[in-house]
Amino acid sequence: MIQDKDKKREIIVKRVAQELKDGDLVNLGIGMPTLVANYIPEGIDIMLQSENGFIGLGPTPKPGEEDKDCVNAGGQPASHVLGSAYFDSAMSFTIIRGGHLDMTVLGALQVDQHGNLANWMIPGKLVPGMGGAMDLVAGAKKVVIAMEHTAKGEHKILKKCTLPLTAEGEVDLIVTDMAVIEVTPKGLVLTELAPETTVEEVIAATEAELIVSENLKVMNV
Amino acid sequence: MKNKIKTIEEAVEYIKDGMVVAVGGFMGTGSPERLIDAVVAKGIKDLTLICNDTASPGKGVGKWITNRVIKKAIVSHVGTNPETGKQINAGELEADLVPQGTLAERVRAAGAGLGGILTHTGIGTVVEEGKQKITVDGKEYLLELPLKADVALLFGSIVDKKGNVYYKKATRNFNPIMATAADLVIVEAEKLVEVGELDATDVMTPSIFVDIIAQ
Repeated sequence: MIQDKDKKREIIVKRVAQELKDGDLVNLGIGMPTLVANYIPEGIDIMLQSENGFIGLGPTPKPGEEDKDCVNAGGQPASHVLGSAYFDSAMSFTIIRGGHLDMTVLGALQVDQHGNLANWMIPGKLVPGMGGAMDLVAGAKKVVIAMEHTAKGEHKILKKCTLPLTAEGEVDLIVTDMAVIEVTPKGLVLTELAPETTVEEVIAATEAELIVSENLKVMNV
Repeated sequence: MKNKIKTIEEAVEYIKDGMVVAVGGFMGTGSPERLIDAVVAKGIKDLTLICNDTASPGKGVGKWITNRVIKKAIVSHVGTNPETGKQINAGELEADLVPQGTLAERVRAAGAGLGGILTHTGIGTVVEEGKQKITVDGKEYLLELPLKADVALLFGSIVDKKGNVYYKKATRNFNPIMATAADLVIVEAEKLVEVGELDATDVMTPSIFVDIIAQ
């Protein structure tokens, strides 16, 4: 089991990046998912969507080179790459909800063995609002969850989510610092282990029932 | 040609206490800052806000939160403005949180004369509470109703004197949608040009939607 926090994140985002296919349109959630852009495999050309209104999200501009009219979905200064397109919010969510977005990568508070996701609110705390998260999870062709396997020892991969849901049965793949888990009609299938990690450790860190794949591999990260 | 050009102060004279006001912008980008400031200065109260978010303190409609201009916010996100959360928890501000795509489509529906839209977003979540569900081809959808405003406050990067609007880059967001869904549409012009200077092909909001150009 890997202990170093930075190493954990690196493994997660590197492994998620391997899910990208040439020509994909992808939306990366705020936080750790945005780091996936740093590990796009050689020869893979993708477009990133920024749900505030463009495809072709580029790197964060250098200080002094910001453009007040170009921000990302977190409202932070952004840039666009060659071949980008700007549009309004209705078009942006036509892309998201109409099945034109190949993949979205989001963090999670909880995910369960039915593919349910909870990542937008904790009752009793300040409610930030769902923003575009519910639309992204309901609309994207493939929903990938990138998160640490547990939160301070608490299980996050559950039999049933206890927090309010973001969407029902929409999660396709869970990538953590310990494992890659596919959501299938039969349940959660453990397909890959992180380096230095055992099946027993993953099972102990997971409340949900896991089916261990016959082709279980070690992540190539 | 009808003269639609007014000062910022003249433009906000049309906004009255208790109105429903739609404001363009995403975290403040593409928001009409001068109109927002003028509403605060005039001391307008009890507005219902339709906007993507409540921006941050000191930016965009975040200034309306700080100055307690609104009593209800219909938005997708408030997390970037801690003051909004405080007022909601204290029971001083009512918030109706709407998924961002649903918000865009509800406003669009009002502008397009539609009786609502059907969306899968929100199924199985708190968003579905109290809403009619309709099954089409075996898939479940929520009926989401149109959302219309008394006044829309928009920000145009280039506006011609007839009221045609062009939005630069990511400033477009909700602006052109809200332009269609209010009884009175006021556009704050970043740059005002003569008719003809903005190529007809580049117009993103046709002039017929715009009632007042605020300068």
